[in-house]
Amino acid sequence: MTSLDPVTLAVLKGRLEQIADEMDATLYRSAFNPIIAEARDACHGLYHPQTGATLVQGTTGLPIFVGAMAFAVKAVIDKVARDGGLEPGDTFLFNDPYDGGTHLNDFRLVRPIFRDGSLFCWLASVGHWLDIGGNVPGGFNARATESFQEGVRFPPVKLFRKGRMDQDIVDILAANSRVPVSNFGDMNGQLNALDLGERRLAQLLDEYGDETVRTAFDAFSDRAEAMMRAAIRALPDGTYSFEDFLDNDGITAEPLTIALDLTVSGDTMVLDFSRSSKPCAGPLNIAYSTAAACCYVALKHVFTEVPANAGCLRPITFVIPDTTLLGVKPPKPVGGYTETILRVIGVVFGALAKADPARATAAPFGTINALSLAGHRTDGSRWVMFSFFGGGLGGNPETDGLNHANNPISMATIPPAEILEAAYPVMFTQWALRPDSAGAGAHRGGFGAVYEIEALAAADVFLLGERGVFPPFGVSGGQPAALNRFTWQTADGEASPPLASKVTDVRIAPGQRVRLETPGGGGYGDPATREAARVARDVRQGLVSEKAARETYRVAVDATGRVDEPATRALRAATRGEAA
Amino acid sequence: MNAPVKPVQAPVVGVDVGGTFTDLFYLDAAGGHFRTAKVPSNRGDEAVGFLDGLKTFGPVAGLGSIVHGTTVGTNALLERKGARTALITTRGFRDVLEMRRRDRRHTWGLWGDFVPVIDRDLRFEVDERVLADGTLRTALEPGQVAAAARAALAAGAEALAIVFINAYANPANEQAAMEAARAVWPNDDIACSTQILPEIREFERTSTTALNAYLQPVVGGYLKKLDDALQGEGFTGRFHIVQSNGGVMSTATARRLPVRTALSGPAAGVIAAAAIARAAGYPNVITGDLGGTSFDVSLVVDGRTSLAAQTTIDFGLVIRTPMIEISTIGAGGGSIAHVDAGGLLQVGPESAGSRPGPVAYGQGNTRPTLTDANIVLGRINAERPIGGKLARLDVEAARAAIEEHVARPLGLGVMEAAEAIVRIADGKMAGAIRLVSIERGHDPSGFAAVPFGGGGALHAGALIKDVGLKCALVPRYPGVTSALGCVIADIRHDQVQTVNLTLDALDEAALDRRMVAEAAHARSVVEGAGLAVDRIDILFELDMHYVGQTHTVAVPLPVEIRDGTTGIDRATVSTAFDKAYREQFSRLLPGVPARIVNLRTAAIGRRPAFDLKALAPRGAGSLEAARTGSRPVWFAGGWHDTAIYARLDLPVGAVVHGPAILEQPDATTLVDPDLKASVDPLGNVIVERA
Repeated sequence: MTSLDPVTLAVLKGRLEQIADEMDATLYRSAFNPIIAEARDACHGLYHPQTGATLVQGTTGLPIFVGAMAFAVKAVIDKVARDGGLEPGDTFLFNDPYDGGTHLNDFRLVRPIFRDGSLFCWLASVGHWLDIGGNVPGGFNARATESFQEGVRFPPVKLFRKGRMDQDIVDILAANSRVPVSNFGDMNGQLNALDLGERRLAQLLDEYGDETVRTAFDAFSDRAEAMMRAAIRALPDGTYSFEDFLDNDGITAEPLTIALDLTVSGDTMVLDFSRSSKPCAGPLNIAYSTAAACCYVALKHVFTEVPANAGCLRPITFVIPDTTLLGVKPPKPVGGYTETILRVIGVVFGALAKADPARATAAPFGTINALSLAGHRTDGSRWVMFSFFGGGLGGNPETDGLNHANNPISMATIPPAEILEAAYPVMFTQWALRPDSAGAGAHRGGFGAVYEIEALAAADVFLLGERGVFPPFGVSGGQPAALNRFTWQTADGEASPPLASKVTDVRIAPGQRVRLETPGGGGYGDPATREAARVARDVRQGLVSEKAARETYRVAVDATGRVDEPATRALRAATRGEAA
Repeated sequence: MNAPVKPVQAPVVGVDVGGTFTDLFYLDAAGGHFRTAKVPSNRGDEAVGFLDGLKTFGPVAGLGSIVHGTTVGTNALLERKGARTALITTRGFRDVLEMRRRDRRHTWGLWGDFVPVIDRDLRFEVDERVLADGTLRTALEPGQVAAAARAALAAGAEALAIVFINAYANPANEQAAMEAARAVWPNDDIACSTQILPEIREFERTSTTALNAYLQPVVGGYLKKLDDALQGEGFTGRFHIVQSNGGVMSTATARRLPVRTALSGPAAGVIAAAAIARAAGYPNVITGDLGGTSFDVSLVVDGRTSLAAQTTIDFGLVIRTPMIEISTIGAGGGSIAHVDAGGLLQVGPESAGSRPGPVAYGQGNTRPTLTDANIVLGRINAERPIGGKLARLDVEAARAAIEEHVARPLGLGVMEAAEAIVRIADGKMAGAIRLVSIERGHDPSGFAAVPFGGGGALHAGALIKDVGLKCALVPRYPGVTSALGCVIADIRHDQVQTVNLTLDALDEAALDRRMVAEAAHARSVVEGAGLAVDRIDILFELDMHYVGQTHTVAVPLPVEIRDGTTGIDRATVSTAFDKAYREQFSRLLPGVPARIVNLRTAAIGRRPAFDLKALAPRGAGSLEAARTGSRPVWFAGGWHDTAIYARLDLPVGAVVHGPAILEQPDATTLVDPDLKASVDPLGNVIVERA
């Protein structure tokens, strides 16, 4: 194989990434459902013809999908190997979470690209559809014990045969959703994206030649592999273990363990999750491909310089047994997968922080808090307000964590309170940062948020969240953040869910409120070493209490909000004395 | 209808103050002549360079009007040098500014934090509440506002923003709060959100209002200083500012709405480039401004610039006000070339800017930049640097830097390495052009590139080949394009009002009354500017979508005000919506109800047409006389003896075959070996395939 000059390679890299970015943009603009249009729960890329490995990824796709796509294409490749009959103009559709999917809402469209009669590569698109049946509108069923209660499962099927859409498949899809028009619109958006990608890729191949581009694909993967190996080589050899816990599985109040033994050996790495809990009864399970995908997301957040293609996974071995909740088979429910993958990403951060404190990131807030308020308007029409909520990111060697951010698995923005109030009979009475919610540290975590909502009409309340029992952890001496907290008003006071952050079958009356208080991020480094002036600033800003400043940070603040230097010196000397 | 303001015939000067240079364009429409000037900017005291430049045209007192493109507001935002500002808001919502839309800086990597422009201890809450439908749920107690304002003053605040939730639907509480605050506030640096942006979405509205307040003392102080200096010179004419929407506003409006100056200079450049290209017969162009750190691209279709609804100045600093849509990538003359850990050549985003600038400037940078590559390739004349601040450029230092940082790591010769740097940068610029053209469904072969700024014309040839553009049009004075834009820009005032009405339930008479009122207000702002205009146009646009969607499409309404009414009706809106939606998405959704979210009103005072023929070459030059010599220039792997021409001496109709270089004091145009350049009747150079 000829090697390409570095200049052509760099130019091709930009051109190919742009194709994937354009596919993303096409779907965002033409999607009907806000989870794609606004929150950008979608992703596109180019994949290897035989292995499905990621060749090229855009720069805008949803991180968790970026990681999962290679497995999705592989599922189609396996299907073709089994059944044969792959032809130009075919497009596959599926959402099977156990075979390259994530959860049932995420629909993949996968299309082969032929050049001169032979398969050149695959294009794929994934987007989160609003509803695909199941017991709870929108799919986040905290009580599911089987996949069948979460919605309808599609294995890879041909949506298009030789360029013709199979109306039977479209009809089956429409019959199994509460919002068939929205799903149909999103499917067409994804088809638009694939069409555009196919056209752009053909132009590029005509311009540069198939062989040149194929050579470039190999070079990108080799380069990503080389960069990943270099990054691993820089870590000291050894095994780094880290554990974190999920509050419960939504069925029984027992914690679930996510345990990682991360072994660095030369320029390779093993991620072994064997010590994790066994599959659970509720929807907090995930499949192998999802687990591997979220490890990829975690590694990309830590090794940001490594390009996003499959080459970077070559030096990494995953051990994810199907006897754990991270490698389940059907029909174990997986609808709450977001919570589990956030915990997996957290333990990768935790283990890597031990391997290389200079790359450490304390735990992000770590729960999506999928909250629905639903009811009927006075005219009888049904309303469902469904959203995910934010929290703080973890402290790190460079900065404090970001306040009120999105989760590492997504770049989704939150709808403005005014948009929600205009659309639903609700009134926000608080939309604020949550003081003392950040993990203390030399660089503290970012602060979580308080959202308090008053129902203007009777509403049913559903919540699927986590971190109500086990808080986001700190690293390198940093402290954990505050717990997630959810409460609602009742006729005689206030109630909170027996299973921490998971709620079904709760109804509030007009004028009653629900209150969600989200965690901040964990802290980085010993809080007693935080610059005293920054602690005083946090106190003046009303985000850290004087008590926490004194007891946790060992900083005394005077009546004007400035550092009381002598008192602080005494406090910090006492800490050092205790430590000694 | 008021009669348009009578044209004033005294000379007008456009002044664009950039980071390095202040560019000026002087036009004496009565005498039919113009002049240009370029003087060093004086960072931190821009008034000095401003006046120095004006004086090159003679006594300032003799000028009729001055129109100014400024980056003072942008720089204050980027460098966080605005005023100490306070916010008064609805109880429960004081953190909106800091919580943003729950985003983060980068897709990959979780480090980095955010500090808003107003500290939390200067954000005050008061009891008040309006519901989404405009119902007043809790009336304001003015005493609480007064107390908060006094507390803010005691804490050292110089400017004040007032933002209440759902105020777009009912501004009564905000207005009452403004009244209460004004009674205690010692200056005019105070604004409420419904005056700045009466549009739904509390973060965008709060951010825009807060940034406006943050800039008011800075921009106001700057304009006052300029005003005083001009008066000191005996200037009695009109002094105006270019806004981000490409229109001109009075300094009074600029003091009230400084947030609208964020893209002032770049917008003026796009306006001028569009006008030049339109006059030359190219209505479809992509403008490209290559500066020290970035390449700014903007699309012009059918002679019209495109407007974006909002922009992000820096992470978390969102400004929502119509502005010329300019896409920026981090590839400029100062962009640094390096080989990354994976062995791939990268150019930017790290930049040496204009200080220390390229290695060849000898100001302390040792890492090679795009400009260094152009110098080593012989494309930039090392003996006559642009702007005239440096005597000559250090070619050897540039060559050594490329050798060390690019050639050796890649195993290339130094010339091949320099060419590679240019190719990578060309690729990035081409990508930016593709994003604004192909990605939006425009066929690039119908577009001309209009490079402006000092460096754009060096890369125009590569861009037309890379992207498949029809040609490149290099304006006669590319280095002063933004200053020219100041002179020819129309006067413009934009307003938005959230209405939230479903189309089925539309009260046509009420919408009509609203449109007429909005138009009257916008028109009065344009008239108040006091510049000569031929006529004032009113444009109406609705932001609409299908109920359930969050994104909206812009729906221009084909109506105008006659006898005090727009004559708007449901059918007109419905037809206009279908047309706009189909253009953007191809598939309508019949049966799904449509909603009008916002009403947008623009008043545009059309300035008397400026005949660009004034810029055309005069007299009978010749190709031979314009030729100043030749020098070796590196193209496609080898040295080519390349003819050098004094560009401004080329006569109309002259055709120059590549390889050639056209030099002028403020720009260099490169004609690749397979391209040719010709001078059109207006003095523009058209570069196209030979």
